[in-house]
Amino acid sequence: MRRNVLPGLPLSLGVTLFYVGLIVVLPLAALVFKAASLGPEDYWRIVSSSRALASYRVTVLSALGATVFNLFFGLALAWVLTRYRFPGWRIVDAMVDLPFALPTAVAGIALTALFTTNGWFGSILGELGIKVAYTPLGIMIAMCFTSLPFIVRTVQPVLEDLDPALEEAAQSLGGSDWAIFRKVILPLLTPALLAGVSLSFARALGEFGAIIFIAGNQPMSTEITALLIFIRLEEYDYQAAAAIASVLLLTAFFMLALTNWMQSRALRYTVRG
Amino acid sequence: MSTPATRRKPPRVGDQPLFRRLLIGIVLVLVAFLILAPLIIIGVEAFAKGWQVYRDTITHPDTRHAIMLTVLAALVAVPVNTAFGIAAAWAITKFDFRGKRFLLVVIEIPFSVSPIVAGVAYLFVYGLQGVFGPMLDEYGIKILFAIPGIILASMFVTAPFVARELIPLMQAQGRDLEEAATSLGASGWRTFFSVTLPNIKWALLYGVVLCNARVMGEFGAVSVVSGNIRGQTNTLPLHIELLYHDYQAAGAFASASILALIAVFTIIAKVALERQGAGRVHSPATRPSLVANTAEKTS
Repeated sequence: MRRNVLPGLPLSLGVTLFYVGLIVVLPLAALVFKAASLGPEDYWRIVSSSRALASYRVTVLSALGATVFNLFFGLALAWVLTRYRFPGWRIVDAMVDLPFALPTAVAGIALTALFTTNGWFGSILGELGIKVAYTPLGIMIAMCFTSLPFIVRTVQPVLEDLDPALEEAAQSLGGSDWAIFRKVILPLLTPALLAGVSLSFARALGEFGAIIFIAGNQPMSTEITALLIFIRLEEYDYQAAAAIASVLLLTAFFMLALTNWMQSRALRYTVRG
Repeated sequence: MSTPATRRKPPRVGDQPLFRRLLIGIVLVLVAFLILAPLIIIGVEAFAKGWQVYRDTITHPDTRHAIMLTVLAALVAVPVNTAFGIAAAWAITKFDFRGKRFLLVVIEIPFSVSPIVAGVAYLFVYGLQGVFGPMLDEYGIKILFAIPGIILASMFVTAPFVARELIPLMQAQGRDLEEAATSLGASGWRTFFSVTLPNIKWALLYGVVLCNARVMGEFGAVSVVSGNIRGQTNTLPLHIELLYHDYQAAGAFASASILALIAVFTIIAKVALERQGAGRVHSPATRPSLVANTAEKTS
């Protein structure tokens, strides 16, 4: 190997390790330490209390629902933005980033205003007998909003790079559009879709700001896990907060590992020059 | 073999006019409902009680203080994270060392951790029940429920923003130019400022813009560590929540309109920077580093 002549390794690596240690590792280690200091029995009692279990349930189910919706909507949006040109597509393309740019609290009150019983959408849906605000459906919509860009932005570049020759070959062999989409295009998109799905799901699990306004925050039914942690803090029950937070943290690590694993699989099958 | 050049190509998959119109129609309706409508309603609700109420909210001392605090947090957190991002990208892309993959994963952690978890974690470092809390308290240093806590929590949440833009780009650019400059006798700083920086300036700015937007809008992590003291530790997003739960919806939306405006400007800046080649989205497979590129492209 060539000897590296560039200067600055001690300084740059030193700054990086110091900052990551102080800002990222230290707090998370403190949280894990605090949760671990509980002892297995107390820990288990807290994280498996019926209120905590109910919060996992509503969080995971809403996140699943939001992710499935975003999978279809995100794919359709990415498809439309890369394949079709229509007046204003650039504006739509830019707007996809709004959920990332808009602070979650702002998104939360805006969605609540739209979906309350006398809001623009809430009043119409109410007449159809659908209640959104202060129900799990509201949680799902808030999650849909905040995590939509993940799927669009992971799928879009892969769609753009798709070789048209593959489709043409399939067409010349007489494949119908649906067959070509299913057997040629979709397999190529799958790694990106999966990565987008896991990012979107992870974000939905941890979302707080956008949800607390639109969720009813009723224990056992519309209380998400992140909110339960917050409530435990306000009750000065720091140990319970630490224990439940550690569950969310472990889930986040699991999702991170899963995403990385999917990404490396994607690399394995898509070799480029 | 002769392939008649005159043969008309069939339309691309999904290009039949009916399907195309239908799909565009569905997508546009959903975008209008899910993305555009929230933006519009902020403006509508902010001015629902008239211009006077709007102006009174914006100029209220508590709101002004919240704006100041939000700007202050950004003024500290963004430059520090920028410096960190540059240092991390330099170390990771210009050198080989053991544990690089692991370091990349650690840098990305804040993306996957819930902001509430981040806030709680800081509580257990600097809070009274935390590791350093009692010691800090003895010396009368207040981090939690004060401005330093807000800034630290914001730094956690946005730590990867600049690094994530720079690492893939600098990885792709390689080391040749820097090595040439150094071998010609340029100092490390000179090499960075005259060779590296011009090549990464747009990506750097891109990361800074996104980082700034997130710092100014952070809610979950900050709400845990701030203590929500009105006129003291309320950032703009926290101020919105406070007004909202105080049944001052018009005030909450008026404050929200400021942040919404910042979001719109962020997107405009983002699009402008993308035209300069920043944040160019490569497909995951073409991106050089595994971990650094897995994360959301924008946020």
